[in-house]
Amino acid sequence: MATAPTSEAVTAGTGTPPPGGKTRASVNIPRIVLYVILGLFCIYYLLPLYVMLSNSLKPLNEITSGGMMALPSDWTLAAWRSAWSEAQVGVAATGLKPYFANSFFMVIPAVAIATLLGALNGYVLTKWRFRGDTILFGLILFGCFIPFQIVLIPMARALGFLNISGTVSGLIFVHVIYGVSFSTLYFRNYYAAFPTELVRAAQIDGAGFFTIFYRILLPNSGPIAVVCVIWLFTNIWNDFLFGASFSDFDSQPMTVALNNLVQSSTGVKEYNVHFAGAIMAALPTLFVYIVAGRFFVRGLMTGSVKG
Amino acid sequence: MGFLDIDNVTKSYGAVKVLNETEISVEEGEFLVLVGPSGCGKSTLLNMIAGLEDVTSGDISINGRRVNDVKPAERNIAMVFQSYALYPNMTVRGNISFGMEMHGVPKAEREEKIAKVADLLQITNLLDRKPGQLSGGQRQRVAMGRALTRDPDVFLFDEPLSNLDAKLRVDMRTEIKKLHQKLGTTIVYVTHDQIEALTLSTRIAVMFGGNVQQLGTPQEIYDNPANMFVAGFMGSPAMNLLPARLERVNGAMCAVLKVGDGSTITVPFPRAEDLTEGADIVLGIRPEAMTDPEGADRDSNALTETELPIDVVEPAGSDTYVTVALGGKDAIGRFRAHNPAKAGQPARFTFDMAKAVAFDPETETRLA
Amino acid sequence: MAQPMTGRSLRDWLPKLVLSPTVAMMAIFVYGFIFFTTYLSFTDSRMLPSYEWVGFDNYATLFKLRTWDIAVNNLLIFGGLYIGICCLLGLTLAILLDQKIRAEGFIRTIYLYPMALSFIVTGVAWKWFLDPGIGLEAVVQGWGWESFEFDWIKDRDMAIYTVVIAAVWQTSGFVMATFLAGLRGIDGEMLKAAEVDGASTFALYRRIVIPQLRPAFLSAFVVLAHMAIKSYDLVVALTNGGPGTATEVPATFMYSYTFTRNQMGVGAASAEIMLLTIAAVIIPYLWSELREKK
Repeated sequence: MATAPTSEAVTAGTGTPPPGGKTRASVNIPRIVLYVILGLFCIYYLLPLYVMLSNSLKPLNEITSGGMMALPSDWTLAAWRSAWSEAQVGVAATGLKPYFANSFFMVIPAVAIATLLGALNGYVLTKWRFRGDTILFGLILFGCFIPFQIVLIPMARALGFLNISGTVSGLIFVHVIYGVSFSTLYFRNYYAAFPTELVRAAQIDGAGFFTIFYRILLPNSGPIAVVCVIWLFTNIWNDFLFGASFSDFDSQPMTVALNNLVQSSTGVKEYNVHFAGAIMAALPTLFVYIVAGRFFVRGLMTGSVKG
Repeated sequence: MGFLDIDNVTKSYGAVKVLNETEISVEEGEFLVLVGPSGCGKSTLLNMIAGLEDVTSGDISINGRRVNDVKPAERNIAMVFQSYALYPNMTVRGNISFGMEMHGVPKAEREEKIAKVADLLQITNLLDRKPGQLSGGQRQRVAMGRALTRDPDVFLFDEPLSNLDAKLRVDMRTEIKKLHQKLGTTIVYVTHDQIEALTLSTRIAVMFGGNVQQLGTPQEIYDNPANMFVAGFMGSPAMNLLPARLERVNGAMCAVLKVGDGSTITVPFPRAEDLTEGADIVLGIRPEAMTDPEGADRDSNALTETELPIDVVEPAGSDTYVTVALGGKDAIGRFRAHNPAKAGQPARFTFDMAKAVAFDPETETRLA
Repeated sequence: MAQPMTGRSLRDWLPKLVLSPTVAMMAIFVYGFIFFTTYLSFTDSRMLPSYEWVGFDNYATLFKLRTWDIAVNNLLIFGGLYIGICCLLGLTLAILLDQKIRAEGFIRTIYLYPMALSFIVTGVAWKWFLDPGIGLEAVVQGWGWESFEFDWIKDRDMAIYTVVIAAVWQTSGFVMATFLAGLRGIDGEMLKAAEVDGASTFALYRRIVIPQLRPAFLSAFVVLAHMAIKSYDLVVALTNGGPGTATEVPATFMYSYTFTRNQMGVGAASAEIMLLTIAAVIIPYLWSELREKK
């Protein structure tokens, strides 16, 4: 991205034009203004994270006495300990630990199944095309966009019918169904650009349907698999609606538990514990974002720009 | 019944017919080139021979066996693709051995064959590289190596040289020809490049609009094109196609052509002896049959010398191409290099009418 | 273009067989369920689904409800401001970042990270940050500006704007990335030509660059509109629809009517309206995207 033609062309001539400005005389002042503006926006985006982090490391009285913006004067991990294993969440004083685990038990299988199905679908839709495949893809794609409110009522009944309502398995089931639309989108667009001649060559070499997929396409699907896994992981981890609708006390995912922790009306509001819990809920996706941000952005783009 | 039989084969996508009833019979060891502009149906036909596309109607047989419903892998064919289609995740060795692995060839035998083929194509030193690390010419060799291990009944080549630069293309063309001479395997080769077709083939099928326009040896196609399409497509610069009229002068059949200034020239045209006097024809004459008098083929029995005003002179190194207005068209003649012809001045031409042909202006087929 | 290979039997139906679980899932859990919910919206379902046909009664009830009225109004305010501000902010940031900025990658990472967070986390962070008792107001007052007031989150008339603030914070970085990708996709030679023609930087952006960002605008709009209509988590975490019903939106309305107020028919009708609204945006978009690809 650093050597993109646009930026070069735009800045050719003056070398450092101010945004929307025409000043050519002094090069440095607009440049400084530009960096100051960008810096202020950095503060804007980082502020809530700072608030969460610093307040999670203070005792409660430092917050309630108007010190939210200050750094902790009395550093303590008590709020973290409480949020993790002691705080009252719903009916039990278990902390967020069991719900954190629930989220992992939910996310990992759901992501794995949805990704695999999406890869197979993308393979069929691009390399084994048939009449009406584009329409079928459009119908699958629409599943990415429906407001999930439209499926809440029948899904609650279907989960009951399948005897998995209120369980982590039920949540996996739901997330796989509505995740497949996305994974199919990713793999289809990726495989559409994958040379069909390779598939033909493999056919002539004697490889069958699954061998071609396993030996030729999958080994070349690394980047899109990462994009897809990250996208699904983030979405499913961050989901609240399905978690709130289809889980019981013992199968709640992290987001639902966090919300319960924060919204519980009994007793003193332990803001520092809430902030610690919020960071815990954010950590896995934030970690993924920091480690593989490039792929995360690519996933966002594929999800929107190229339908 | 030939070795590879294309018997009355058609191909349609819904209502769109891309290949009309096609009949081609290829003998064992032949090098058949399917040539034509894009969209002429040549690649479709090749893919049907490979089994990568369904035959709509008609039959394809290889080595006496009808293969319409046989999987590509079981047709005993091998194919080299335009993009080479090397598996990017496998090494060169893996690419070459994949097909044998799929066919259950034991490992020792695979290794032996890989070594043999690599030696033949001089790619032994590349065996452990990935395709991404190879140049275009090297990839081309690997793609051929992969095909060679199969000992196929028929080799199929789908525009294999079109992704190479000009010089490499000529080199690889020679290599493919050598390979054919050495192995003697039947080859079907698709290209849009008429020079490739003429240099490589033992026979050419010129295709256009889903039909085979002419099937014949390179010599037949070049000297006696079946119609104006073939005449215009094969050869560079293309054959001049000039409206003319047949008249008998002193008992000899002649072609009468308009010259740029409104006058006419009359050229004896013995080949048209059996055609109707007074008929309008299109005279097909190749640039090398319109030369400076010193460059003419002295063995020909139908030479006519005349003077024509030259419009453009284009030196091309070994030859000089001159353009004159003839029959209302721009005709190109081929003069030897270093001759004094100048644009805007008249020059002496010799027409070799033994090499000229006549087409019907309506049906565009060859009359003589 | 890939063609199905020769032969009938297994090779012909195997690909379709592989696709069939997904097709079945979509048929049942997307289209079947849409049908089911649509059907319910015409019945007198309350706590449990009932199959008693009541025609458009639920829709009539829905449109007469004050809460629904508030929810729709809130969605219009929220959606309009959210999309507008995100696009404006996103475009501005993208253009600023497109000026050969040092550490551009780092800055981009900071602008975009909120997108990785759950709306619940965003909601919790902003809920307490905007809380007048301990958050911004208390802090500024503590710094000595005693008269400073910022209690929108507790104010019936202003609370919906706090949802906008938090949502913009979360998503504007994504819009920035969309526009930046659009900017980087513009042909550099054309920009050089414009420069040779004597266009100023300002004119370059206004006349040449921004008009070419139309596809980026379109996709940003589609994504944002669709997120606005679906938005549920953020409202729940930030204000839980309150104070009172001041920040109720269709998504929270649907949930509470269906699952807590036992008015399933009305809830289904509201879900139906949400679906139709999204479909009106998405279907033309998908249609044009898929057609272009042919």
